[in-house]
Amino acid sequence: MATPARAEAESTTRGPMTPVPYRVVSRAAETADTSTLVLEPLGAPVVPAPGQFNMLYAFGVGEVPISTSAAPDPGGALVHTIRDVGAVSHALVHTEPGTVIGVRGPYGTTWPLEEARGHDLVIVAGGIGLAPLRPAVYHALEHRDEFASVCILLGARTPSDLLFLAELESWRGRFDVELEVTVDTAGEDWHGRVGVVTQLIPRASFDPDSTIALVCGPEIMMTFTARALLERGVPKENIAISMERNMQCGLGHCGHCQLGPVLICRDGPVFWFDAMEPLMEVRGL
Amino acid sequence: MQTLDEIVAVSPTFAGLTQPQLELIAGCARNVGFTQGERLFREGDPADTFYLVRKGRVSLSTHVPARGAVVIETLDPGEIVGWSWLFPPYLWHFDARAVDDLRAVAFDGACLRGKCEADHDLGYELVGRFASVMIDRLQHTRLRLLDIYGDASTS
Repeated sequence: MATPARAEAESTTRGPMTPVPYRVVSRAAETADTSTLVLEPLGAPVVPAPGQFNMLYAFGVGEVPISTSAAPDPGGALVHTIRDVGAVSHALVHTEPGTVIGVRGPYGTTWPLEEARGHDLVIVAGGIGLAPLRPAVYHALEHRDEFASVCILLGARTPSDLLFLAELESWRGRFDVELEVTVDTAGEDWHGRVGVVTQLIPRASFDPDSTIALVCGPEIMMTFTARALLERGVPKENIAISMERNMQCGLGHCGHCQLGPVLICRDGPVFWFDAMEPLMEVRGL
Repeated sequence: MQTLDEIVAVSPTFAGLTQPQLELIAGCARNVGFTQGERLFREGDPADTFYLVRKGRVSLSTHVPARGAVVIETLDPGEIVGWSWLFPPYLWHFDARAVDDLRAVAFDGACLRGKCEADHDLGYELVGRFASVMIDRLQHTRLRLLDIYGDASTS
């Protein structure tokens, strides 16, 4: 762990593309293709807020943007939940404890938790989308009295694809939180719901006129979830989504993540749906 | 205690029907209960009943060789279980089981078909309402065909 003086010196001299070395403290398998890494800083710490992401660098392989999946730690420890879908994420998912990786960040916009104060908070996650939303869930649970109702709606492909099972059980056990889970398909040993995540929205307990919704998952899931929220009466300017594109630099310089007039890494990844909807409707954009 | 026509009236599927229509439908209905795991109907059997879930959950499943029983969908309170009673050949396409202890209203399909034949206004209303249930389920099934959780590249 870097001393504060050393950290300050490093943070002022480090270039924007220079990663901070972080050591992998632990790796926990969440599902067959997804693991959670806990990292400790070996230089000036990076402290992302809920919704933000870091560029994680598997040395010799490459960098990928990964959202933080835990509450901010002032000491700089990081938690990232990564799905194995490409060469870099494969390397990260299989990184052994003790290995040093690079971290740049934090980048991007945050979940609008301040705007949600005093409102019903609806959190809708699909698949790996729960990982970027988990810091927002932690925040909501820790500051439960700041919100009216808190409703967490989760969808996954199968029961074995559900992330953070122990935490889901603990969230479900709370009397002040509504947690509903559904999967696309299951065996008869599954006693929960089978259906798509949008089916949970008409049944959830929230006042659409006073709701802030946070939605994260693949873009198609967010599109249909936003439609279901709109049908329920939630204004589109109260629906926040986390967009994903091919982010390479994280700084808004390279343009790989351009979506029309916005750069997802610089202007997002969290956007209000009313701003994103026109861009999401453009085919091929 | 609610009467059957009151229960039917508050169901989203039947809401808005006239009182005489509700009474006609309730005339073909009875309260039923199933214990956890009990089968409501079996794939291939005659579809002579449908259900309105009041309490508990119902799973629709089918048997897939080498995989066993696969749950296609679950249905919660307020939802309708079964539409095969309305269309020939009046056979169930899936198995239905009570996921937990279940209370439901069972409707005699043959009785209701007879009333629809005799009263085409009622028949028009019911076919429209069941078409709406079917469209909802079709849209949800289409979403699942898209495998909407499968293509996120990172977290």
